[in-house]
Amino acid sequence: MNLANLSPLAVLLPILGAALAFLLIRHHTAQRVVSIGILSATLLLECLLLMSVWDGGTTSVTLGGWLPPWGVVLVVDQFSSLMLVVSTVVSLAVLIYATGQGMADGDQEAPVSIFHPTYLILVAGVSNAFLTGDLFNLYVGFEILLTASYVLMTLGGTGPRIRAGVTYVVVSVVSSVLFLIAIAMIYGATGTITMADLAIKLAELDQGTQNLLHVMLLVAFGIKAAVFPLSFWLPDSYPTAPAPVTAVFAGLLTKVGVYAMVRTETLLFPGDTLNVPLMVVALLTMVVGILGALAQSDIKRLLSFTLVSHIGYMVFGLAMSSVAGLGAAVFYVAHHITVQTSLFLVTGLIERRGGSSSIDRLGGLAKLSPLLALLFFVPAMNLAGIPPFSGFLGKLGLLQAGVELGTPLAITLVVGGVVTSLLTLLAIARVWNRAFWRKPEDAEYPDPVLQTPGNVGVLPRTMVGSTAGLVVFGVALTVFAGPLFRVADGSAGIMLDRSAYIHSVLGDSVEVPPLAQPDEAQTGGAK
Amino acid sequence: MSINLTLLIVMGVLYACGIYLILERSLTRVLLGLMLLANATNILILTTGGYAGLAPLFTKETNPDSYNDPLPQALILTSIVISFAVTAFMLGIIYRTWVLARQDEIQDDLEDRRVAETPSFDAEDDAIVPLETSEFAVTPASTSDHEHPEATETPNTSTTQEGGSA
Repeated sequence: MNLANLSPLAVLLPILGAALAFLLIRHHTAQRVVSIGILSATLLLECLLLMSVWDGGTTSVTLGGWLPPWGVVLVVDQFSSLMLVVSTVVSLAVLIYATGQGMADGDQEAPVSIFHPTYLILVAGVSNAFLTGDLFNLYVGFEILLTASYVLMTLGGTGPRIRAGVTYVVVSVVSSVLFLIAIAMIYGATGTITMADLAIKLAELDQGTQNLLHVMLLVAFGIKAAVFPLSFWLPDSYPTAPAPVTAVFAGLLTKVGVYAMVRTETLLFPGDTLNVPLMVVALLTMVVGILGALAQSDIKRLLSFTLVSHIGYMVFGLAMSSVAGLGAAVFYVAHHITVQTSLFLVTGLIERRGGSSSIDRLGGLAKLSPLLALLFFVPAMNLAGIPPFSGFLGKLGLLQAGVELGTPLAITLVVGGVVTSLLTLLAIARVWNRAFWRKPEDAEYPDPVLQTPGNVGVLPRTMVGSTAGLVVFGVALTVFAGPLFRVADGSAGIMLDRSAYIHSVLGDSVEVPPLAQPDEAQTGGAK
Repeated sequence: MSINLTLLIVMGVLYACGIYLILERSLTRVLLGLMLLANATNILILTTGGYAGLAPLFTKETNPDSYNDPLPQALILTSIVISFAVTAFMLGIIYRTWVLARQDEIQDDLEDRRVAETPSFDAEDDAIVPLETSEFAVTPASTSDHEHPEATETPNTSTTQEGGSA
């Protein structure tokens, strides 16, 4: 039996778990056991899926007995299964963290009973978006995860969360409407919404129509991925949510947008028609995002800005449409999901230990809690791209690909990438100097918690443990960067070639249309 | 593909009203705008199916060309359900805003405003470091005020001032 046939379970298990957790709404312990157990089972399944396609190979599962050009298909390839595994590892760590927080705090700020089912639905939506091979099903996956995220964002219904939630909901709904309009127009133009079928039929349209559909999809996904001119909603809405929720949003939701952009660029609209605008947008995202981060005094907001900024690296890798560039982007996505989530989790811990997440109020945490300092330091250096961490390797891959491409714009982006990396280090160093290094008395408005002697033990072990686990996973991405890069490059090769994907969905007899400029598309279309 | 002009005009009007409404500051109007946008999109999907035809129920006598395209309708059904859920959620949020703040308006992000109003001058990073940092040197401003009221230092100051003016 082919293991890929189990892939629908990656979506179904969390949904069933959510139903079960909802039934157990009054039994908190049972609910925790169920949701953590279900998520672990999902992770195990996804590891099996990843192993089955580790060496390359694409398999598809047809749902409901409707054959591909009509029915919904799920496609398992290296990229989608790698994303599944990384996202579920992160979600599991965050779930354990949230459970620890819930057990320590009770229900006031974040009603745990509703948290677990909603969280599992979110995971199901993310998995669905990663697996699906159907454009409308991708929309449904987005809506599942977004609707769950609306609930999580406004958890507890406090004033600031409602305010942030309104912005978030309205922006998300508008982006979904744009996506739906694009789907309707694509269906009107081609008569199909199966992505593999679209890969063939979109190429038959005239260039103007293609560009229109292409840009509409990219704008819709760009809002979700928080790419520069469309990114202003993110730092406004993420920081107010509960710490674990912000962590999982920062790690996963924008990356689903990036994933959808990658699929659009490689499968639906291959070639280099929009590479130049994408590169410009990537540069602006990197630079503007990190400049925003430098102005912030709240760690959560600062990290939200670095999140926006680093999306630029992924778009850069994508815009090069070469195996090296796309492979590095895939690796960077995996790295960034892990690191950004760990940093937000650590910020949650800082807030508990230091009473605030503002660097004007914090100080002396390195002495008060050396473990916390270590947990912050490792992912922070990883994010800034200090050797030997995976952030450095990912950026190095991107920069190498950029230099290889050699166009003036690509070189500008390489320079921009280095500058952004240094500015990230500056932003992170500010947090480190103020929150960890200086004496508590030196803070502008020191939080009273910091100056009370003997105030230890406020950090629950589950929360520290899950954060530490995720930090270790981030380090493991560095240690096993070799095999991981091989898979990333392999997946990039498969995605740029397209024939494996199309053949696995529509059968081997289908003729895959050649790319417009096959040689140039492989080398990044330098012209 | 032929297009039903009435549907097209209705769709355009709905989009226009929807976009106008979501730019308002009142939450209820924003919600109405979102609903109009969702329905306009549903009409757009419907028009992609072409002219109305027979219901797609299989009978042997029917010519396959006279069937309606069922797929857009399935898509619309899904999108109606989704917009229904989002509308319900937005209503919940609007009610909550009313309970909390007694107003139906989008609030400003206070932290954002604070950061925007922060001067670019940062005391720790940007303060002008005096050229002479020795503890014993006396600057005119500090002596004339209240830092060192001792009489011994006063002549010192006057000489530096004279030196400066000369």
